[in-house]
Amino acid sequence: MSKILMKGNEAIAQAAIHAGCEAFFGYPITPQNELIEHMAKHMPRHGRVFVQAESEVAAINMVYGAAGAGGLVMTSSSSPGIALKQEGISYCAGAELGCVIVAISRSGPGLGGILPGQADYHQAVKGGGNGDYRVIVLAPNSVQEAADMVQQAFVLAQKYRNPVMVLADGVIGQMMEPVEISKTPIEILPKEWAANGNHQQRQHRNIINSLYLNPNELEAHNRKLMEKYKTIAANETQVELINVDHAEIGIIAYGTSSRISLAAIDIAKSQGLDVGLIRLKTLWPFPYKEILEATKHMKFVLVAELSMGQLVQDVKGVLNNIVKVGYYGRAGGNIFQPEELMEAIQTQMKEPEHDYYI
Amino acid sequence: MTIIFKKTEGLTDKNFSYCPGCTHGVIHRLVAEVLEELHILDRSIAIASVGCSVFSYEYFNTDALQAAHGRAPAVATGVKRLHPEKIVFTYQGDGDLASIGAAEIVHAANRNENITVIFVNNAIYGMTGGQMAPTTLLDQVTTTTPTGKDALTMGYPLKMSEMLATIEHVAYIERVMTADIKSIRQTKKAIRNAFEAQINNEGFSMVEVLSSCNVGWKMSPVEALTFIKENMQPVFPLGVYKERKHGTSN
Repeated sequence: MSKILMKGNEAIAQAAIHAGCEAFFGYPITPQNELIEHMAKHMPRHGRVFVQAESEVAAINMVYGAAGAGGLVMTSSSSPGIALKQEGISYCAGAELGCVIVAISRSGPGLGGILPGQADYHQAVKGGGNGDYRVIVLAPNSVQEAADMVQQAFVLAQKYRNPVMVLADGVIGQMMEPVEISKTPIEILPKEWAANGNHQQRQHRNIINSLYLNPNELEAHNRKLMEKYKTIAANETQVELINVDHAEIGIIAYGTSSRISLAAIDIAKSQGLDVGLIRLKTLWPFPYKEILEATKHMKFVLVAELSMGQLVQDVKGVLNNIVKVGYYGRAGGNIFQPEELMEAIQTQMKEPEHDYYI
Repeated sequence: MTIIFKKTEGLTDKNFSYCPGCTHGVIHRLVAEVLEELHILDRSIAIASVGCSVFSYEYFNTDALQAAHGRAPAVATGVKRLHPEKIVFTYQGDGDLASIGAAEIVHAANRNENITVIFVNNAIYGMTGGQMAPTTLLDQVTTTTPTGKDALTMGYPLKMSEMLATIEHVAYIERVMTADIKSIRQTKKAIRNAFEAQINNEGFSMVEVLSSCNVGWKMSPVEALTFIKENMQPVFPLGVYKERKHGTSN
């Protein structure tokens, strides 16, 4: 199989179809439109379900229905649309329904702008829905990885019966890169819990529900979910470490920022500066152990993100008083150059910016 | 000994959580009986909503999904598209369907989703203690309309059956009530028609049932049934708003 040139949004859609996505429910929003357009064109050809919903709210609730009925299901959107999906994501987490949510993030707050951004780190990782729940968040930094991760997302969603988000910024969604998409469908696990209307055969009813009025029952449910999240954290944390063994300076980044950081590292090298990269591939589970380990000999770490400082808060939570942490970010759809990161390293090594408490 | 009557297989043995005098129980039984009589109990999936009927998944003897407030038609869409051979129905109140879920019901109907909607209209938010609904009558006193509902600032009673019947291809819409034996029998006929429409792949079907909330209305159960007839009916006229293509069955 040879590589073909594809736009990120289309590669994600095609990868989902190859993985075995049975139903897709979406709503137009820039910059993810190619994704739902690809699904509209190709899902029916494969005998799969495609519905353009009336809103992102409806789309995620269609996901809830189809996932609850036992399907491999996906939706996609972008920042303000993902905001609207939070209610449904909380319900999916509460009812333990696996599903894939692709977020092609733009800038905010509010309508913000349609250019790429990483200001939805908190939205994705901390969640905007109510209650104690976690969403697995995968953060690709290339079109190839976006395609791979969406397939992996279906595996994780099914395995843990939990929502999985693929958080790619608008750069990943919009750019074209050579990609090779696996055509192997994921292994389908039995779903004896699904409300698929087969209650007669199985001799009992299946109920998909997140309502527990008895406090002890709800607390038991909360504890059960937390045990699941611990298992996920133990098994599914992913981080890529580049040149960290001897480097005294590190950059921590994910997605498009990590690609730019790689270029910054090359520039640093040419200037005789040894800089390593800790690239987060999962934003939740958060690789705090890996960050602690990789930075223990470092003097300074710069968190580079296309936001006004969100990931940096979690990094400081791990490294406060252990390693000096700086932050450099651009916003509004602006993207930093590698040279800007180099400059930030030079100046902040002396005096880091960013107040943890903002 | 000959059995001359037994509880429908369509209901579980769980006791209803409804207030005495409320007609949700009657409507549940009618739906359950129709599922059994049409021999679709073994392939039906219920979508419960939020409101007084939030626990309907405990009463209907089928697989079920509990939906977020107002989202039942979207959840039903997801289920039905994945399993078109199953019978999928939502059971929603007027706050759920006509207020917070207004978008979902309109678009499920507009897509002519082949689902059945049982819409229980009691002109009030019962579960949360008797607040105004979009279906609350003008001048009706509720906990959030203490001086009566005023059209100017709170709107007119929203007529969902009439609204949805303007969508060309929906299969069947009828408004009925549960105020006396005769109207309850008519309600059952309507529910049967709605499920038959789905069985025959005719598309979206909805039965709006004018129902009582004697507790929320602060009336005796008998006064509440009279209120349905004398006060609700003139505002929400009964009848078939969308006739099935090949006519309704009796």
